[in-house]
Amino acid sequence: MEEFKQRGVRIVAISVDTPAENRELREKQKYTYTFLSDEKREVIRRYDLIHAGGGPTGDIARPAEFLIDSTGTVRWVNLTENYRIRPTPEDVLKVVSGLTATP
Amino acid sequence: MLGRWNLLPLGGFVIVVAAFLSYFFVFAYFPVTRDVPWLNLLLMAAGLIVVGAGARRAFAQHGRWFGKISASLLSALSVLILGLFVLYNFSFSAQLPASGGAPKVGERAPEFALPDQDGREVKLSDLVAALGNEPGQNRFVLLVFYRGYW
Repeated sequence: MEEFKQRGVRIVAISVDTPAENRELREKQKYTYTFLSDEKREVIRRYDLIHAGGGPTGDIARPAEFLIDSTGTVRWVNLTENYRIRPTPEDVLKVVSGLTATP
Repeated sequence: MLGRWNLLPLGGFVIVVAAFLSYFFVFAYFPVTRDVPWLNLLLMAAGLIVVGAGARRAFAQHGRWFGKISASLLSALSVLILGLFVLYNFSFSAQLPASGGAPKVGERAPEFALPDQDGREVKLSDLVAALGNEPGQNRFVLLVFYRGYW
């Protein structure tokens, strides 16, 4: 995660978990990045990531990452197939390097 | 009296039903047993073996039509439950949606406002506004959507 900070990438995690659950997870795992709660599934729906019945008690987000630049434009999208919470650092850093290399 | 009754078909059926229900009430909450429900499948297989043994015993006896009919019925129901369970797990919810409507490269990321882990509202527009090329500023925001239930 340090590499992300060095390359100027701010990580923001989003799921249907409540703020309380996120706070507990952050403390337990010593995460420092921001965790947002989309309990109503509104943002997940807006980004077309709804996975109906994917969780034990309802709809959840399918895993996905979006890299957004300072103009608010999406520069990279990854619709992942696996259930890890973290993005693959190498892939994202490669993308960031590519995007920041050109003036 | 109990010795004359063939309880195997019913016993096996109960095991199959318990294996089915326990998935939704217990094992679906743990990633280890949720994604590939090996434990529930094993239990169902065990239940089916018991049902099968019971059906064999029922048909080995002369007469006793009730026993044969009920064993057949319970066998069929058990297989049906197993089929439904396999269908549910390996087709419906296991497949990830296509997400064709997700924001694409070059598009504006849709605005949102969500509470963070301390209950403070965070807007995407604020996150983006804080980006820049100055030293000390972040250049990108990486939105990581994940399943939750951790």
